[in-house]
Amino acid sequence: MSSNKETFGKTLGFVVVVCLVCAALVSVSAVQLKPLQTANKLLDKQTKILEAAGLLEIGAKDGIVPTYNKFVEAKMIDLATGQYIDGNPDMFDERRDARDPAKSVKPENDIAGINRQAKTAVVYFVRNGAGEVDTVILPIVGSGLWDLMYGFIGLEADLNTVKSVVYSDHKETPGLGAEVLNPKWKALWPGKKMFNEQGDIAIAIVKGGAKAGDVHGVDALSGATLTSNGVERTIHFWLGDEGYGPFIKATRAKELN
Amino acid sequence: MSDNSAKKVLTQPIVDNNPIALQVLGICSALAVTSSMANALVMTIAVVLVTAFSNLFISIIRNHIPSSVRIIVQMAIIASLVIVVDQVLKAFSYQLSKELSVFVGLIITNCIVMGRAEAFAMKEKPVVSFMDGIGNGLGYGAILIVVAFFRELFGFGTLFGIEILPLIQNDGWYQANGLLVLPFSSFFIIGLVIWAIRQWKPEQVEKD
Repeated sequence: MSSNKETFGKTLGFVVVVCLVCAALVSVSAVQLKPLQTANKLLDKQTKILEAAGLLEIGAKDGIVPTYNKFVEAKMIDLATGQYIDGNPDMFDERRDARDPAKSVKPENDIAGINRQAKTAVVYFVRNGAGEVDTVILPIVGSGLWDLMYGFIGLEADLNTVKSVVYSDHKETPGLGAEVLNPKWKALWPGKKMFNEQGDIAIAIVKGGAKAGDVHGVDALSGATLTSNGVERTIHFWLGDEGYGPFIKATRAKELN
Repeated sequence: MSDNSAKKVLTQPIVDNNPIALQVLGICSALAVTSSMANALVMTIAVVLVTAFSNLFISIIRNHIPSSVRIIVQMAIIASLVIVVDQVLKAFSYQLSKELSVFVGLIITNCIVMGRAEAFAMKEKPVVSFMDGIGNGLGYGAILIVVAFFRELFGFGTLFGIEILPLIQNDGWYQANGLLVLPFSSFFIIGLVIWAIRQWKPEQVEKD
């Protein structure tokens, strides 16, 4: 580090060259890897949807993308009316829309703790081998203990019986709240009923364990009360009038297929 | 540390001059990414690559870096490399990049990378600097993997996600240690590791 190179012009020139080289390196890698990253993101999402549909085994055998394309159909809906709208479900990004004031609303009764909610949503229809819709998958989001938890609920064609609750993205405590991903806990959900006979939301997460035969009760996660509460409120919010409620009513009124 | 043969700079940081255990650098990320072996391993690889290549590039241009702006030049190179590593991880290992989330980006602030650039690469030739970078990355990774081994085994009953001690939740017999699941438990393990190394090599003990 001799002092003869310490002229102002030289220093400036050197810094500019270093910056240009670094910028080129970063942009080339970002642009080159973009397609792979997008494919990965999509694959991750499709894997979760197949899991919610109970098709993960077929997906593992035949490949996630072909299985998804064969069985799953995505449709855009307007949450306030519950009616289908035009739009490309593949281009829809719930998190981006929720940040856009023009495309989102503030829920009046924000029990899920999400602050802003996109006005539109994508719902996924899963067809069985005979071509009938046997599962409807609804994306959900709501606060857990630390942060928003993103996931999917799968309902059978009656839009009442639970098929699955699958979380795809969360920041809960490992070993406690993160047990939402535990297969044993997920196995408690299938067969539960979201609504009671009067049509009210009845699903509940029961601390200390649900009674045997309780079709609306699911055991809480031990040591993770706040996460369990978050899951319950998230489901209540999304099945309610500000969530998929209008869609569920509209869809029940007509034939699903 | 006057002898800078390639082999020595490669192996010395693993025990004799470990960046975490002796220099006590890079602790923050060692707390965050050690909850599972897979995370620790990927983080190790990322840090090895960043430290090695930042040392290499900085060493190549060391005679041209004006000393008045040398720190910012080092930062620019390190930051660029970290972004590239992050991008590659997102492209080829999406699941792991999701779990490591911000911690890959935070390699920029890992004192080890910049410490080696400033203390070693600014003075030494490129090849030996590159080796020094690999060595220090491995030294960091060795501690990470030891910590992750204990945290994952006793915190989750698994290693690399494979069940070793069956948990009570899954009808086994092992009650997971909730403390080890939390990041600060690494302090205890790192402390014990430092104690063990200094018992073995008393010359590392600082004199009052």
